[in-house]
Amino acid sequence: MSAGEDTFTVLCQLLEPFNTAKIALKPGTDISADLNIDSVSVMDFVMEVEDHFNIDIPLNVLSETRSIADLVKVVDGRLVKG
Amino acid sequence: MTDLFDKHRHTAERHERMLSLGANAVGLTNDRILSPTRAIIDGRETVLAGTNNYMGITFEADCIAAGQEALALYGTGTTGSRIANGSYAMHRELERELAGFLNRRHCIMFTTGYQANLGMLAGLAGPKDTIYLDADSHSSIYDGCTLSGAKLVRFRHNDASDLDKRLTRSEDEGGGRLVVVEGIYSMLGDRAPLADFVAVKKKHGFQLLVDEAHSFGVLGKNGRGLADEAGLEDDVDFVVGTFSKSIGAIGGFGAGNHPLFNMLRYASRPYMFTASPSPATVATSLAAVRKLKAEPERREKLAVNSARLFNGFKALGLALGCDAVSPIVAVNCPDEVSTIAMWNALLKAGVYVNIALPPGTPGKQCLLRCSVSAAHSFEDIDRIITLFGEVVAQGHYKKAG
Repeated sequence: MSAGEDTFTVLCQLLEPFNTAKIALKPGTDISADLNIDSVSVMDFVMEVEDHFNIDIPLNVLSETRSIADLVKVVDGRLVKG
Repeated sequence: MTDLFDKHRHTAERHERMLSLGANAVGLTNDRILSPTRAIIDGRETVLAGTNNYMGITFEADCIAAGQEALALYGTGTTGSRIANGSYAMHRELERELAGFLNRRHCIMFTTGYQANLGMLAGLAGPKDTIYLDADSHSSIYDGCTLSGAKLVRFRHNDASDLDKRLTRSEDEGGGRLVVVEGIYSMLGDRAPLADFVAVKKKHGFQLLVDEAHSFGVLGKNGRGLADEAGLEDDVDFVVGTFSKSIGAIGGFGAGNHPLFNMLRYASRPYMFTASPSPATVATSLAAVRKLKAEPERREKLAVNSARLFNGFKALGLALGCDAVSPIVAVNCPDEVSTIAMWNALLKAGVYVNIALPPGTPGKQCLLRCSVSAAHSFEDIDRIITLFGEVVAQGHYKKAG
């Protein structure tokens, strides 16, 4: 698996507790709209992502991060940046 | 064509569901206000326990007289910003009075409390800076952070070690760093562990802002807020507060000792591009600040009332928002439908409290939130406890939804 696929799998695992409707997760899934997660829960989810990967994802980045694939790019970009 | 209101249909459905339960918990009308603790709602005299009128100061004769005099002498409004139209002498007088009360060199007044956070945060931080904000911060802090254009890092609520971790991660990024916490958090009534945050400040070096909206006038020997209570005022760089709670008016302020503090007047858009507070508001606020200073017994009465309600609720076995006594006593409820039903039952029985539902609450909690006033009598507090015992503690609503 590529690094992108690894990150996607981890993000899906971290997203599971927030995905109360148990909707099937795909790269194109819109984290907020498709999963019906409110803005505060999205920020809480991202905090879990930050701690898992030991990176910072500033809130400013989130406004342009809609899908799980978008978030994969953000996480991988920050991991490379170190 | 996409209807711009499509995104609000979910809210409309949720609102309809609330109305169908016989309650308009977010659209209440007070037909008449009788006193700081009484109103006529739906034709019934109701005890107000959700007003944030901590000092019970909204009907003080001298404050009202000061407002009436200012209305007569200076008119109904200022019709513009202080940058464009100039200040009234009373704007500066109130800022001086507040600076003295707060023991800070400088103070700037804003037209609302919401704007005080917008104005301070957007004035202090810019796109090259980073703001670290507590996860449970008030919306005005989130919005001020967004307006600033700064990089925004959210740390876990009241967790200084989590802040430490995040500061360590981004140690070398340059730019100024501002950490924002609140004296008392508005939903659960818990205080920031200020000493822990000050220890992190000494380790990393940053500027610290404390929003004392719910603690100004309430906490500390001098009523200056959490930093006063904790004896840590020298470690707090900036204080924000509001006139809409312990001052009983509308408006807000920021204060600090920085020699360039007044440059915020020329950098802060929420200060520059809005009309200044109206004369009547400034006059009642000024009278109220002086009253807070002259009458510390109000603070003492508030503390006694708060402890009475907190302990009464504890004795009923209610799940409370936090373990410390504060004027905000929040009761955790099982779900949205039962919370609405209980709120409605309390109102019909003659007590108004706030309802607070996700996403406006930490951890998706459904809350019946009480705010205590120095103007409540012990009978009022005991009545609130009795009604919560009958409506909430007895569990009639726990299986709702």
